[in-house]
Amino acid sequence: MKRFAKHAIFYSVLVGVWLILAKLKIWPPYVFPTPRGVLDSLWAGFADHSFWIAIAVSMKRMLIGYSLSVVLGMVLGLGVASNKFLEETMGGLLVSLQSLPSICWLPLAVLWFGLTEKAILFVVVMGSLLSVTIAMETGRQQMPKIYGMAGRNLGAHGLKLFWYVLLPASLPYILSGLKQGWAFAWRSLISGEMIFVSLGLGQLLMMGRDLNDMSQVIAVMILIVVIGYLVDGLVFKTIERRLQHKWGLAPAT
Amino acid sequence: MTPNAAHQSPLTSDHRCPIRPAPATRVRPSTATLVVPLRHVNRNGIPKVSLDGISLSYKTNDGSQLLALDNINLRVKAGEFLCIVGPSGCGKSTLLHLIAGLQPATSGKVLIDDKQVEGTGTDRILIFQELGLFPWLTVGQNVEFGMKMKGISKAERNERTDYYLRLVHLTQFKDSYSHQLSGGMRQRVALARALASEPDVLLMDEPFAALDAQTRDLLHDELERIWSETGRTIIFVTHNVREAVRLGDRVALFTFRPGRIKREFVIDLPRPRQLEHVTVAKSAREILDHLREEINKSLEEQYGHEAVR
Repeated sequence: MKRFAKHAIFYSVLVGVWLILAKLKIWPPYVFPTPRGVLDSLWAGFADHSFWIAIAVSMKRMLIGYSLSVVLGMVLGLGVASNKFLEETMGGLLVSLQSLPSICWLPLAVLWFGLTEKAILFVVVMGSLLSVTIAMETGRQQMPKIYGMAGRNLGAHGLKLFWYVLLPASLPYILSGLKQGWAFAWRSLISGEMIFVSLGLGQLLMMGRDLNDMSQVIAVMILIVVIGYLVDGLVFKTIERRLQHKWGLAPAT
Repeated sequence: MTPNAAHQSPLTSDHRCPIRPAPATRVRPSTATLVVPLRHVNRNGIPKVSLDGISLSYKTNDGSQLLALDNINLRVKAGEFLCIVGPSGCGKSTLLHLIAGLQPATSGKVLIDDKQVEGTGTDRILIFQELGLFPWLTVGQNVEFGMKMKGISKAERNERTDYYLRLVHLTQFKDSYSHQLSGGMRQRVALARALASEPDVLLMDEPFAALDAQTRDLLHDELERIWSETGRTIIFVTHNVREAVRLGDRVALFTFRPGRIKREFVIDLPRPRQLEHVTVAKSAREILDHLREEINKSLEEQYGHEAVR
């Protein structure tokens, strides 16, 4: 309750300051909208279904792109972790590539795929693939060796060993990487969608700019933050809590 | 069934879980007097486990070769309880890993029923010193794991899991996770998990070293009971000579680096035995005298350098 009160006070003050600044009319409303204007934009966007459609389109891209990068990242990460040569050579390349903002892949993607869905997916995958790969690699190395031995001892081999032993055993170690991968994918997606008419949330942002509609821009920004927060707070926190319960780890609060 | 009666014929009573495909007559596992002929008893004297000239050497960090095990020859009869004692660092745990097939030997052969084995196999299950219970699975799922890997049907797995949990008195903890259990209970889960794969040979690597004395005594009794009920062949590694005498039909003493069999002792004391019984203490004393030499050697190697200065 105390926590809730703190949040209530903080956000009331924030909106209050915003309201006063807007009422003072230092800047014209199309540059600095009122809270009311943003609220109206949100309402209108949901009422004419344009926000719903944008959310659906963006989430679909996220699911496809993120799933692709998780699968690819696991294969890559395992490959790197299980091979000394790859670890020493490709391991370094992966870390250095991670410093490249994923939007840098867009020109390349557009040249390869044109202004298509594939180009956006490519950017999403490139945005999160490296974090997932690195997480998988370190997860495999940090995982206690005893689990692999116990699994083999009890008759698990090959794919079964990976699926029933190595993957669950390394999950606590790769979960933070998976989470980071999701966050990176989300950012890459929005930047990618801003480039051309693509129906997603990113494009709604650009549309707001084109129409000089600052209220819509801020409304969509709020939407992007809320969705990102919800996925992190609901999906990943739940998985984390379940893992901690199973493994008997102290909850990290 | 008293432990005495149970022990009269450990080789002919098989307490394997009777649930298997299409049994002729299904015997309920709860009947303690279950007697089924052990499939793998060799009446023609072929040892259950044979080690033929097992040697292991590996490269140390400074590049020199270290001989860890030197020409180990051992025969273990079906249903025998063999204990291996030796100073720490003599390679006795490594030997269990070799028998389990988790690691290849530099030379020599491991034979089960006179057939050479390579790699892991569920006819030999190792209980690790650290147990290696899977923390993401419940107790029941841990016990079930080996059967699942073998592709045994869900219904049969459930029945067998219940059976082995009952054997180690952990039925009501089936849905707990291993971190919720005490050390002794975890130990019993590991035992049930190993037994559920129905191995002929059980390899145990200092399983009770980290337990308090009361729990350890209790588990000695239980292990002895389960061994006599199931007729398994057990190779049990420990650094505790008394424990070896308490449990073993035979005790093999290892030398310090390279590990060799220094001497074997047949423990011909009546069962059930007690850890503090005078005959156990006396036998242990005799073995301990031989062991002390090896411990001194190991201490010299570790601290001798500083002691000389």
